[in-house]
Amino acid sequence: MRWRFSLARLWAVLAKEFIQMRRDKVTFVMMIGVPIMQLLIFGYAINSDPRNLPTLVEMADEGPVTRAIIMGMQTSTYFDFQGIVTSGEQGDAALRDGSANFVVVIPPDFERDILRGRSPEILLSADGSDPTAVGGGTAAMSSIIDRAVAQTLTGPLSYAGVATQPIRVVVHRQYNPEGNTSINIVPGLLGIILSLTMVMITAVAIVRETEKGTMETLIATPVRPMEVMLGKILPYVLVGYVQTAVFLIVSSVLFSVPFLGSEFAFFIGFNLYIVVNLALGFLISTIARSQMQAMQISFFTLLPTILLSGFMFPFAAMPGWAQGIGSAIPATHFLRLVRKVMLKGADLADILGDLANISAIMLVIVAVALKRYRQTLD
Amino acid sequence: MTTDLAISVKDLTKVFDGRRVVDGFDLEVPKGAIYGFLGPNGSGKTTTIRMMCGLLTPDAGSGSCLGFDILSQQESIKENVGYMTQRFSLYEDLTIRENLDFIARMYRIPNRKHRVGQALANLGLADRSSQLAGTLSGGWKQRLALAACMIHEPALLMLDEPTAGVDPKARRDFWDEIRKLSASGVTVLVSTHYMDEAIQCDFIAYIAYGKKLIAGPARDIPKTIGLHTWRVTGPEISGLEAKLRNAADTMQVARFGSVLHVSGTDEATLTALAERFGQDEAYKWVRKEAELEEAFIYLMSGVEDNFRGAVS
Repeated sequence: MRWRFSLARLWAVLAKEFIQMRRDKVTFVMMIGVPIMQLLIFGYAINSDPRNLPTLVEMADEGPVTRAIIMGMQTSTYFDFQGIVTSGEQGDAALRDGSANFVVVIPPDFERDILRGRSPEILLSADGSDPTAVGGGTAAMSSIIDRAVAQTLTGPLSYAGVATQPIRVVVHRQYNPEGNTSINIVPGLLGIILSLTMVMITAVAIVRETEKGTMETLIATPVRPMEVMLGKILPYVLVGYVQTAVFLIVSSVLFSVPFLGSEFAFFIGFNLYIVVNLALGFLISTIARSQMQAMQISFFTLLPTILLSGFMFPFAAMPGWAQGIGSAIPATHFLRLVRKVMLKGADLADILGDLANISAIMLVIVAVALKRYRQTLD
Repeated sequence: MTTDLAISVKDLTKVFDGRRVVDGFDLEVPKGAIYGFLGPNGSGKTTTIRMMCGLLTPDAGSGSCLGFDILSQQESIKENVGYMTQRFSLYEDLTIRENLDFIARMYRIPNRKHRVGQALANLGLADRSSQLAGTLSGGWKQRLALAACMIHEPALLMLDEPTAGVDPKARRDFWDEIRKLSASGVTVLVSTHYMDEAIQCDFIAYIAYGKKLIAGPARDIPKTIGLHTWRVTGPEISGLEAKLRNAADTMQVARFGSVLHVSGTDEATLTALAERFGQDEAYKWVRKEAELEEAFIYLMSGVEDNFRGAVS
């Protein structure tokens, strides 16, 4: 029988595949690493009902009811009080630069007005640019106040508590009053798209040169390493410009995402971000031996970029260790930067911190990449 | 240092992962010579060539290439040396003309268009210049690679196994080209493991396991080794060949058509062998001078022993 199925042959092919799989260390690590990373991130890091969001309070009055409300907000775990602001401008600045997601404003004569039955207003300013993050807290607000009222307005004061609405809550969503999620997602997408293409294209383009042997011809000519690197990277900066232009047009025409801030700040920000991603691609190219490996490693870096950067899930809702990892990802800082500039009208001064963070990450990447590049040449 | 040496290196050493790939290597290549670089795979030929043309920094040793120091003037060496890699390493997704043009730009050649056109005409590829390099056959790829590393008219060519995997006709054409270049004053250093190519060289260096075993003018090599050869003719030569191989495993028995060449460095044993087998009248034993062919077979078989030694 010529065509009989041979188990011995099947076994030989299987064994060969396993040997090759084991030898290809990068693929092997990816096979084990990607599922572990996904499990950890989805299982522990991601929380779609975010809690412990940084909150500031502006207190123009103080008293038992105020304290009860603040305590109630803190124990609800949606809010995490981190300090006091003394003016509306301070509160707005904190919301704009992202250091707070909420600002609670207790008006003057708050306690007295409750007792007089004037139903004073508490203002809850929320950063609407991330609707998922602030949704839970705003929804919980009225029940927190009911409980605080029930606790404090007892005995002779209970008359004030039974009035209809002894305290009114006014929720003010800054930057995205409709709570439109696409306005949050779309600017973030720029970070993801740029990261995906810039990292992968650079890594593959450089590895291809080594894999095909053309790098040897290239370095046998008098060409300087810097000329090769710049010559290979600059075309992709142009690709990044085209992608950004397409993005801006689509986000404005199809998704009506506003662009409120400084164009100059945006320009500086996305240039820095493109460069950091190219550097990352360059670093990957010094590790990967084949184009396939370069793709795999790029994909490996893409996962945390999507999941831990605050692109899909609120950053503030993640546990400390996940925030730590997230802070090491350039996209995290670029996302904040883009949202600030496009949605919150930030200018260059507001994004200096993010630029500094991206630069710091870039410094580390470039240092490691250059160290590895020298090794591979000799 | 005399000026009629194209390459002069001393004590070159390169260590990869604790292994001495090239170990105390000396070489002197006279200007205008065709210098053959022989040795088995993995003997350090490629690494040595890369060190001499400025692609790798040696861990120890010194020397000069075209008068430039191989440690500090690598850029100048690259400007003046043509290096052809073992593997085809031009851009397969560029056309023939684009490849030549790119390499010419790397060397900042003046009057580039004219020079590229000339190279294409010399290659006989002028009418196919817009064909992708990747679609060329092995022999053409190799000629293109040679044209590319010649485009800046270097005074020294380093060719790393240029004819591996190329058919015999293409190899002959290639060597015609090399001899023409040599006649015009270009120094050629070429690594190979084809015996028929080694014979075409003016000088030979033989290396194994990173060490130079022997070097000198090609015609002196058999004498340097101290090889003695007997030429044997007669009927049923295959039978005798087998018998001889059994009788003396230190001897080298090589068959050229219907003739056997029996060689060895131990003259006494060889003479004894000739007398013993010469008693059979059917076979005629004649002493002859050892030639390059025998010398190379001898060197190659010695290397096989080296391999065994390395494995155990």
